[in-house]
Amino acid sequence: MTADSSARVGGSSTADAAITEGVTVDVSEVPPHSAEFLATVAARELAGRHRVFAGVGLPTLAVDLAKRTVNPGVELVYESGVVGAHPEAMAEGIADSVLVSGSEAMLSMDALFGYVLQGGYVDVGFLGAAQVDRIGNINTSVIGDWRRPEVRLPGSGGASDIIASAREIVVVLRRHDPAALPEEVDFCTSPSPVRARRQDGFHQPQGAGVTTVITPLGVLRRPDRDGELELAAVHPGVTVAEVTGNTGWDLRVRGDVAETPRPRTEDVRLLREEIDTVRLYLR
Amino acid sequence: MTGSKVTTLAEAVAAHVRDGMTVALEGFGHLIPFAAGHEIIRQRRRDLTMCRMTPDILTDQLLVAGCVSRLVASFFASGSAGSLYEIRRRVEQHDPAPLETEEYSHYGMYCRYEAGAKRLPFQPLLSYVGSDLPALNPRIRSVESPYGEGRVYVVPPLNPDVTIVHAQRADANGNTQLWGITGAQAPAAYAASAVIVTVEEVVAPETVRADPNRTLIPAHAVDAVVEVPGGAHPSYAQGCYDRDSAFYREWTPISRDRERALAWIDEWIHGTADHAGYLAKLGEQRWDGLRVAPAPSGSVSYGRRQG
Repeated sequence: MTADSSARVGGSSTADAAITEGVTVDVSEVPPHSAEFLATVAARELAGRHRVFAGVGLPTLAVDLAKRTVNPGVELVYESGVVGAHPEAMAEGIADSVLVSGSEAMLSMDALFGYVLQGGYVDVGFLGAAQVDRIGNINTSVIGDWRRPEVRLPGSGGASDIIASAREIVVVLRRHDPAALPEEVDFCTSPSPVRARRQDGFHQPQGAGVTTVITPLGVLRRPDRDGELELAAVHPGVTVAEVTGNTGWDLRVRGDVAETPRPRTEDVRLLREEIDTVRLYLR
Repeated sequence: MTGSKVTTLAEAVAAHVRDGMTVALEGFGHLIPFAAGHEIIRQRRRDLTMCRMTPDILTDQLLVAGCVSRLVASFFASGSAGSLYEIRRRVEQHDPAPLETEEYSHYGMYCRYEAGAKRLPFQPLLSYVGSDLPALNPRIRSVESPYGEGRVYVVPPLNPDVTIVHAQRADANGNTQLWGITGAQAPAAYAASAVIVTVEEVVAPETVRADPNRTLIPAHAVDAVVEVPGGAHPSYAQGCYDRDSAFYREWTPISRDRERALAWIDEWIHGTADHAGYLAKLGEQRWDGLRVAPAPSGSVSYGRRQG
């Protein structure tokens, strides 16, 4: 068992609990759209989680920060087969040699996707996306018509495998506008369980799908496996109207919508001076 | 099978890779067989179907050089370093020609090699329910579970004409040992009609047999063994040298401009006689920056029966 004494109660409460150790915490003024802000908010989502399947980019920063702050015991799993990574330097990609050296296990990709992922061991899958829609479908394939796309995106990679079997999915978006958060994605690479269920007669995936979307404006949550994304928190200086106005559907707003706590100066220092010292992802 | 299979890269590619073939060059971000791919460019092979989970810079280079007309893959970027612009030009603008693609998820692609290696008609997986990927790729199909669990998606076997992999070491017979990230190398090798293994070092059979658990591809599945030190550059070989991340960043502006990419192929591939020439051009200083400090595994004892 990993050290996770702070059992997750659900919703957004852990995030707040994780940073209010004292009343006089030094908070940072980095803007909400900055990589530092987004990575800190994402890291707090990992409090209390055992096993995280991490991707490239902001998730790399978030898992590293979480390991140094809210969740030292979190087990990092990568699609390349690395289990229990203890990198001595920031990983540049999910196949970086620093993830392999000193890791707890190096599995075949069949064991990783077949046993660890499909076997139900992954608590949180951390994914990037070009688009996320109302019910939590993810597009990482194409913008426009797939037969002659306007933009060719990287495609699935492991994403459509991860969404089927990870207990839940956290997505970090670098922009918040109706193009990135449309009513319905241009192409569904990685489906919401709501969309999966419409395929009658199929063995249904066990994952709850996207439960959390962190954007430069706020945090959207999908607390119900069958439900839609709703506004749970706005970042400091952002209004609820700004978020709803920049979302591609009539976004439901929770009655108890919160303000995202700012990163601590220590979070920002760790990200800049100890984690991403070459500014690869802190752009 | 016994007897040395050691040959040169030029001979191995000439003997096993022909125009129009389906070739798998596997290695998941690690041990990518760049030297072998570059030799395919030098020998000006055409109309290949390229299979790679993550196409990586290697596929972009083979496309620029005009070797590939079809791509079977599961992630159309180079990992940490952004877009592969030759692939994007082909797909988005059909410039200079359209590229036929067949697209899966990572596990779907891996399961294709598995089915190929095991000579199964298909392999099931839990992915794709509700996804548009099966609409994009009609080769992703579904079957009713005969055990009453509902329909599941399946992928067809992938049996390359040739699979090429790079590894840390092999003996002359082809017993191939690799460690670190092992990707789809083993199933891709067993799925293929012919297998070329390039290695950092050809070692004595005793070295292999002192640690048999590390052999992922036994000699019986291997047709040619080629010693190519540095053969994974600009990717890496765990314990031997690190990834040339600077090159990965440099490739982005090169591939963005097709003329520049063509010039790069002329200068670095056609302009060098072989991989040793490519490494010499790269220079000692650059290589020094990729060296890694030793971190030996320790060792285990397999034991011998006494008496």
